[in-house]
Amino acid sequence: MKPYHYEQARDIPGAVAALAEQPNAKYLAGGTNLVDLMKLEIMTPDVLVDVRRLTSDRIEETEDGGVRIGAAVTNSDLAADRTIRSRYPVLSQALLSGASGQLRNLATTGGNLLQRTRCVYFYDTTTPCNKREPGSGCPAIEGHNKDHAILGASEHCVATHPSDMAVAMTALEAFVNVHGPDGERRIPIEDLHRLPGDEPERDTTLEHGELITAVDLPPLDLAYNSKYRKVRERASYAFALVSVAAALDVEDGVVRDVRLALGGVAHKPWRATKAEEALRGEPAGEENFRAAAEIELEDARPLRENAFKVPLARNVITRTLLELSEER
Amino acid sequence: MSTTTRVSGRAIGTPLDRIDGPQKVTGTAPYAYEHHVENPLYLYPLHSDVARGRVARIDASAAEALPGVVLVITHENAPRLADTSDKELAILQSDEVAFRGQYLGAVVAETFEIARHAAQIVEISYDEEPHDVALRADRDDLYTPDQVSGGFPTDTEEGDFDEAFSSAAVKLDETYATPMEHNNPMEPHTTVAVWEGGDLTLYESTQGPHPVRATVAPIFGLDPSRVRVVAPYVGGGFGSKGLPHANSILAALAARKVEGRPVKFALTRQQMFSCVGYRTPTIQRIRLGADEDGRLTAISHEVVEQTAKIKEFAEQTAIATRTMYATGSRRTTHRLAALDVPVPSWMRAPGECPGMYALEAAMDEIAIKCNLDPVEFRIRNEPEIDAETGLPYSSRNLVACLREGARRFGWEGRDPTPRARREGRWLVGTGVASATYPVGRLPGSRVRIRCEGDGRYAVEIGAADIGTGTWTALTQISADALDVGVEAIDLKIGDTNVPFASVEGGSSGITTWGSTIFEAARAFREQHGQDPSEGDEVEAGMPANPETENYAMHAFGAYFVEARVDADTGEVRVPRMTGVFAVGNIINPKTARSQFIGGMTMGLGMALHEESVVDERFGHVVNHDFAEYHIPTNADVGEIYIAWIEEEDPYVNPMGSKGIGEIGIVGSSAAVANAVYHASGIRVRDLPITPDKLVQ
Amino acid sequence: MNEEEIMLRVDGEEHRLIVDTRTTLLDALRERLGNTSPKKGCDHGQCGACTVLLDGRRANSCLALAVAHDGAEIVTAEGLAENGDLHPMQRSFIEHDGYQCGYCTPGQIVSAVGMLDEVEAGWPSHVTGDVSAEEISLSDAEIRERMSGNLCRCGAYANIVPAIREAAEERARR
Repeated sequence: MKPYHYEQARDIPGAVAALAEQPNAKYLAGGTNLVDLMKLEIMTPDVLVDVRRLTSDRIEETEDGGVRIGAAVTNSDLAADRTIRSRYPVLSQALLSGASGQLRNLATTGGNLLQRTRCVYFYDTTTPCNKREPGSGCPAIEGHNKDHAILGASEHCVATHPSDMAVAMTALEAFVNVHGPDGERRIPIEDLHRLPGDEPERDTTLEHGELITAVDLPPLDLAYNSKYRKVRERASYAFALVSVAAALDVEDGVVRDVRLALGGVAHKPWRATKAEEALRGEPAGEENFRAAAEIELEDARPLRENAFKVPLARNVITRTLLELSEER
Repeated sequence: MSTTTRVSGRAIGTPLDRIDGPQKVTGTAPYAYEHHVENPLYLYPLHSDVARGRVARIDASAAEALPGVVLVITHENAPRLADTSDKELAILQSDEVAFRGQYLGAVVAETFEIARHAAQIVEISYDEEPHDVALRADRDDLYTPDQVSGGFPTDTEEGDFDEAFSSAAVKLDETYATPMEHNNPMEPHTTVAVWEGGDLTLYESTQGPHPVRATVAPIFGLDPSRVRVVAPYVGGGFGSKGLPHANSILAALAARKVEGRPVKFALTRQQMFSCVGYRTPTIQRIRLGADEDGRLTAISHEVVEQTAKIKEFAEQTAIATRTMYATGSRRTTHRLAALDVPVPSWMRAPGECPGMYALEAAMDEIAIKCNLDPVEFRIRNEPEIDAETGLPYSSRNLVACLREGARRFGWEGRDPTPRARREGRWLVGTGVASATYPVGRLPGSRVRIRCEGDGRYAVEIGAADIGTGTWTALTQISADALDVGVEAIDLKIGDTNVPFASVEGGSSGITTWGSTIFEAARAFREQHGQDPSEGDEVEAGMPANPETENYAMHAFGAYFVEARVDADTGEVRVPRMTGVFAVGNIINPKTARSQFIGGMTMGLGMALHEESVVDERFGHVVNHDFAEYHIPTNADVGEIYIAWIEEEDPYVNPMGSKGIGEIGIVGSSAAVANAVYHASGIRVRDLPITPDKLVQ
Repeated sequence: MNEEEIMLRVDGEEHRLIVDTRTTLLDALRERLGNTSPKKGCDHGQCGACTVLLDGRRANSCLALAVAHDGAEIVTAEGLAENGDLHPMQRSFIEHDGYQCGYCTPGQIVSAVGMLDEVEAGWPSHVTGDVSAEEISLSDAEIRERMSGNLCRCGAYANIVPAIREAAEERARR
């Protein structure tokens, strides 16, 4: 780990100003991803500005009937919150399927959104990686890519985003509130994370100094009937091979509304809009669920080791929607 | 007392709580890094980024300029070692690079943080040469080693395999593969090196303090009496701490160069994947021929595996096939590919573990072809004598294990049809396998017993406890050997200051050290009687056991597993496993159960999770941490039922016991694999059986 | 080198120390304060051997920068024992042989204590059937899942679970 200077700002504008002045400064909250990466010198900030006590650690109902989640809320507290558990169970389940109890107790909402990929080449400073060092190459494309993307990848990067929480938030159409040097803005979560394109070094659309302050969940009745399904190689404490966040509203045997997002398949949580469109207004049932999944996966471009993710994603989407249609 | 008389006592056989329990649960038991040393320095290694070639240039100037950096040691300034015959250990003596991850030097600094960062900014350039790290069965440069590990013959041949196989009524010809695996004990390899003048003390994480001393001393040109190795508590080894590795040399070299201050070196988890040994990947072709009654007429087990170019290690993968089943014709062979890779080494049950996975999966397949229940098929092929040695077994109760295991597990009435049973989204199946592990004993151990007054006895032997329960078991054995209560015994282990002990490995510890304790106790009572004076002392060596010439000595086990496969995703869960063992007399039922559940849990991980993935373009293991190298979590393990059958074996040792540290892993991975086949109808022959291999 | 002065209250005792900003709580405890009960198994939050109670909740001390936790209240396995008596969780691990080599054990025990606090607070887990349930019933499946952040290479899990169950039952009786 490179030597760095530790700072605590007095307030959010102070923190933002501190980053604006120092191009190689980063925000520190729970540290569970950043400290991990700093030890390996994959991330090498000169300055850490501690924001763990600056942003809100509360979960509050908003005027429009939704919920505002402070960026400093720990993953544990968010997963255990009674409002989230009853109104947005997919989010609680997603969080509980991630990491471990110890990690969830430290990790924050903001940090979880910003966590970096788990690609083994990203994590190894002795191998090339376009995300770490633009232009050095992507060894995963021809290498160990069992865990890598089947959708939205580019010739420069095939990494996936590891967050479970973000997949659920994507299905819920959350908004990410951000405070930066140029003021505050509100980013639809689908616009927060990027596809790699030819700038794989940029995970998100945030500018330097922009601090996540809160995440808003819009009110969503169909979220009452939602769930998260994560497939991994062991029973716990592992990243997703494929995951599905789904919410479903069926009336008189017909899909009135549906939300679907996929994890483990792309550089960002994958909102399955094609599948959703194929399902709305159609009879609920296994055949249609499978057909919609296949439509979404038509554009899948498997790598040498991850072709299994296509039938896996198809099966998990189908099964999850089936369970939601039967459980309501 | 002759070794053919089994001693019955009051302490042996009782489920005594571990003597080191209170220290372990409070975290106050000192592991290697945790012994207090004065004013230490911290070492962080430099590793090669290429798999083959030479170091062209090392620029350590930026690192050396950092405040707190005391030394950067490389082959350019390292002291010359006295003995460089062991190429794995003769580090920093030349510019040659033999594998990716090899130690090229180290930074020594005032703190761990300084040393770690300084190592990142040392610039090393290479004259890189093309490397070869690909293990394939069709390589044209596979060679036949002179012998395989353990001193066994490389190839064996009985009868006429080719004739018997070609005329067999039922034939099986399949290839099974096990991946590279890393032992990954929870405590990383650690050396704290302290020089005082010409005397070296090593606080080590090792399975054998005395073997470390014996290896390290001549490397530094020292008489062994000048080297002390201390290891009272060791955080696991599973074979990787059985032979000394380069970390001991690196720390001692750095401390030698620095002079005057101890040097502390604990490997990072990432570094555990390149310099401390591993289990070779194996490619195993098994051919079995049987007659219409399901009797094996031909067995062939051909192994292809790898070794390092710098030092040979030939895993004895086909060894168990030489004894396990009766047949008229049998062939076993081992062929090696010498690659630009780190040196493989022991990993729990070297040989038996990967070999019996393949053999027991093959047995399952041919039983099915013969339309026989897999338990019955094994019983039908039970041998009368040990084919490997031509000797009768001192005791062999595998059949009893199979029958008892089948009963406890509920095997009767099993429908052998694969993919026939479904519960919701789960496909359910069951599998069985058997296993053997030899009763090992190693030479050289000695025990010193001394009366301390007040009815207390010190019993001293430099044995290690890596979690096996040595502290407790040897206390119990000592108590019975001296015919006193356990509270009267002061056991001293884990230090070269007490008499020589062989390495804790090959499931040989209790047999070896226990026999020696009995001999020393006999000699003590003979010399000093029942009412000794304070200071009365005796030292004795392990007695010979002439019965090893007359009998083949093996432990046996039977394993039953229920597996559930998710029909949509290929996820595998194992809600229950049953292991029944014939292992002679149990010294401590509590710690014995732990050995069995531990071995079976490791076998579960071998079947479903573990794989060190090598990227051949770079030459190293790319999933080199606990996030990506998967070992079972608590949620992966369901119920494990352990039982052992009553087995009297008067020939093995005075305790009537057989080593149990490794047999747990030997049969469990095949039982899991067989259960997954039964559940899903999909036979995956290359481990691990991960969801991608089952999803449809 | 960048340094800061911090205070840590460890097992009830206050310590003032100046630390390199890169020092984790794990290394501060082990190398500076002589408390080697939390262990370094991976140093990257992937094994749980370093688990301590940090301001009342279980956490991986290897990923917590000491300077970011100035004033923190830390409990280690060494501090669980009260008045020289072992904590009921520690006693239960001994009785059930919930350990072998012992290296993951202090982390397991502290994690188990923290885990029972979480159950008492009604926190659901990945295996809780209905995530909105009012109360958590501590089945073996719940114990296994909640303890999955503590790896054990010796494979003592099948004994760890009954050890925790017994300690949970004793705690419920009190």
